[in-house]
Amino acid sequence: MSRRSLGLLSIVAFGYAFLYVPILSVVIYSFNDSRLVTLWGGFSLRWYAGLLDDQEVLEAALLSLRIAAVSATLATGLGALVALGLQRLTRLRGRLLLAGMITAPLVMPEIITGLSLLFLFISMAEWIGWPATRGATTITIAHITFSMAYVAVVVRSRLAGMDESLEEAAMDLGGRPLAVFFDITVPMLLPALVSGWLLAFTLSLDDLVISSFVSGPGATTLPMLIFAKVRLGVTPDINAIATIIIVLVALGVITAALVSRRRESAAAP
Amino acid sequence: MSDETTTLGGRAQRWLRRAVALPYVWLLLFFLAPFLIILKISMAEPLVAQPPFTPLFEWGQHGIEGLKLTFENYAFLFQDGYYGIIYLSSLKMAAIGTLLCLALGYPMAYYIARQPARRRQVLLLAVILPFWISFLLRVYAWIGLLNNRGVINDILLALGLTDEPLTLLYNDFGVYLGIVYSYLPFMILPLYANLERLDLDLLDAAADLGARRWQAFIDVTLPLSVPGIVGGCLLVFIPAVGEFTIPALLGGADTLMIGRVLWDEFFISRDWPVASAVSIILVLLLVAPIVWFQRVETREQEAAR
Repeated sequence: MSRRSLGLLSIVAFGYAFLYVPILSVVIYSFNDSRLVTLWGGFSLRWYAGLLDDQEVLEAALLSLRIAAVSATLATGLGALVALGLQRLTRLRGRLLLAGMITAPLVMPEIITGLSLLFLFISMAEWIGWPATRGATTITIAHITFSMAYVAVVVRSRLAGMDESLEEAAMDLGGRPLAVFFDITVPMLLPALVSGWLLAFTLSLDDLVISSFVSGPGATTLPMLIFAKVRLGVTPDINAIATIIIVLVALGVITAALVSRRRESAAAP
Repeated sequence: MSDETTTLGGRAQRWLRRAVALPYVWLLLFFLAPFLIILKISMAEPLVAQPPFTPLFEWGQHGIEGLKLTFENYAFLFQDGYYGIIYLSSLKMAAIGTLLCLALGYPMAYYIARQPARRRQVLLLAVILPFWISFLLRVYAWIGLLNNRGVINDILLALGLTDEPLTLLYNDFGVYLGIVYSYLPFMILPLYANLERLDLDLLDAAADLGARRWQAFIDVTLPLSVPGIVGGCLLVFIPAVGEFTIPALLGGADTLMIGRVLWDEFFISRDWPVASAVSIILVLLLVAPIVWFQRVETREQEAAR
């Protein structure tokens, strides 16, 4: 091996270590018996057991999951419609505006999205009396708005590479538009819809900044709770929460990768 | 864009056109309107009330009777050197973080692109996997490592590389590290997509013609990968400028980044008009590189034709 490729290899090895060492350290320290986060005091599951009794954490986690599930589902529907409209409609009034509005959230700093939505909710409460209080509903609306932009990107790229002759044939044979849409277009789009939904779900579950702005006193999501705890100093129970999330996500991503690989190799002759 | 779109049957067109109205209205209401409200509040006068700013329109019997606009909040931002320093500091920190990210991401993308197809998939998955794990938790993970009594300082002390713990946390170093760590996948993916398509024959030709490998890289590979470099850098730079979580958790009290200042301006000072004006200027700052990138891309596509 030449000296040059050895140098390259060591940078790459460093890069992967850089990506994974922090994650591994959180996992390892979640089993640490010591209350001091930096000192190893023997193996223990006490932080996991403690989580089960922590009403605050459980409530926050449930709220986050509920918001993520609802917002991902609605964002997938709305985002897919935008993608279809932009990609398939010959004439669409205000196409440029729609394209702009669906792309802008991708580059808008979260802090501004949060601030602007909060101002909207306050103004709406003044004008029409709704939303009277801010909480799960306003967070869900905010999450739908930014995640539909991500869904639209995923679905548009799928639509761009899709063969339309099936849909046309079904139409020519007299299929009703709605029936053709649900029997042919949706199944063909399914992989993009699934990955769009997963992306929206993850983004919602992870969001701290936007939720902090648009939430009210009653609603604390898991990231908001974690952030508040971390600001007071590292606590071992966050390591346990983090480890649970890391394991779930890793399992999900690896399963998805294996499934898509098997499907690819099944499709290839 | 129009040559990409394809037609549907007439009835489906009509149906879809009606259905698109739903997300259209949603975006008008929850994306455009809030932005206009920020613009409006940035031109209002601060008020000790709830909400803490003056109304912009005077509602009379015949609708809007007067429009009150003030540019005082913007004038304040420009006169008060504090904000200028913060914007510059945010741009500088995001730029340095982006360059560090490029320095680590380029060799990784280059290496991955040159592996056999099967191994490439695994290596790429390993780059993407951390991206799916909570951003907040990944930033949090560094607090334990960088601590004065954390693992990294323990190792440095044990190896005798330093006599006393280094301050790695709650300063600008922590922020740079956080940016590189959090955004590394965004840098690697566009670089990889670009490097993977590069024609290896060109490199071989350069080598055959007697170019040294390093020379061939500088003369051939690097210029050809400029679109990937620009794309990756923008994907890192743009979110990094407005970043809040990283400076809030890893930065020091003297780390000046606009996202954090905006947060404090809003939650602590409660000066909404100034917070709005700060936001509008931040958006304008970010629009410039995006427009520039799109122009570069269009020019390249035209040149390719």
